[in-house]
Amino acid sequence: MTWVPNPNLARRPWGRKSVFGFLLFGLLSLATPASADSLLPAAEYADTQLPDPAQERQAKALMETIRCLVCQGQAISDSDAEMAGDMRALIRQRIQAGESPQQIRAWLVERYGNWVTYDPPLEPVTWPLWGAPILFIFAGLWLARNRFKRRRRAS
Amino acid sequence: MRRLVLWVPLIVFAAFVAVVAINLYAPADRVIPSQMVGRPVPQFALPSAIEGRPGLSSARLSDGQPKVVNIFASWCIPCRAEAPQLEALARRGVPLEGIAVRDRPQDLAGFLAAYGDPFHSIGADNDRRVQLALGSAGVPETFVIDGRGIIRHQHIGAIMPQDVPAIIAAYEAAR
Repeated sequence: MTWVPNPNLARRPWGRKSVFGFLLFGLLSLATPASADSLLPAAEYADTQLPDPAQERQAKALMETIRCLVCQGQAISDSDAEMAGDMRALIRQRIQAGESPQQIRAWLVERYGNWVTYDPPLEPVTWPLWGAPILFIFAGLWLARNRFKRRRRAS
Repeated sequence: MRRLVLWVPLIVFAAFVAVVAINLYAPADRVIPSQMVGRPVPQFALPSAIEGRPGLSSARLSDGQPKVVNIFASWCIPCRAEAPQLEALARRGVPLEGIAVRDRPQDLAGFLAAYGDPFHSIGADNDRRVQLALGSAGVPETFVIDGRGIIRHQHIGAIMPQDVPAIIAAYEAAR
């Protein structure tokens, strides 16, 4: 069978396939995504600053060091997840009620472990975290010293 | 020996690339277990989430009888998947208490009508306060609480048929 160009297809810029594609695209954009968000509005103070600028500054600083539980790897201050919004609201309300950021952080760590804080406490498990930079500086100094020594001997 | 030392930077670099590559292709999706297991339920009192059903308070969770508390929501898709398993637990005499997270009564009514309603009470946790107080990181999650109000077991994610025995065992152990 030899291939004969189909004059009908050539004349029609919108082939049957592309029409079907457009229909499919339209249907897909109509469908609601299976979202993990509720239909309730965002919590009060999820995206509203506290009236007192000093308190807001405290709350903001804390939010930047609390890890989002659902969008792991983001701070709650950076996350659009609903749960992060609820956590921001919780922090702002507690700050407004007079709690200190340390107390709120401790409350969260009590529930979710050190995982939830981006400001890890100094503990045996986290010693390498704090110790490694110092160790690397000394290793670098040692390496540099050896190099300088060798050069002096060569000259 | 000197030859070996020359290779060290390359080996360290290769190890670094390997760690990055592995984590890029299989990003960590960690479950965050609650640190509250083994500790008393925090004080709370949630209003009723739906008409004709009591709300849930921490007092009910320390009335001498162990309870299974299910944190769920009508907008949560895995919660639909675990509904038959909750029904199975209820049929075996396990008392189920519900906490509906950020739910509207009309949505909740539809959900219960479609997927079953094994709950004794349903508390409305509209600002996620109780969920956060329990150390729960998402929906659905299930806690087994003994008669004195101590959290004994946490199940993260939907309860699948293979998970039912573990939950019944935790419930029996809490009696």
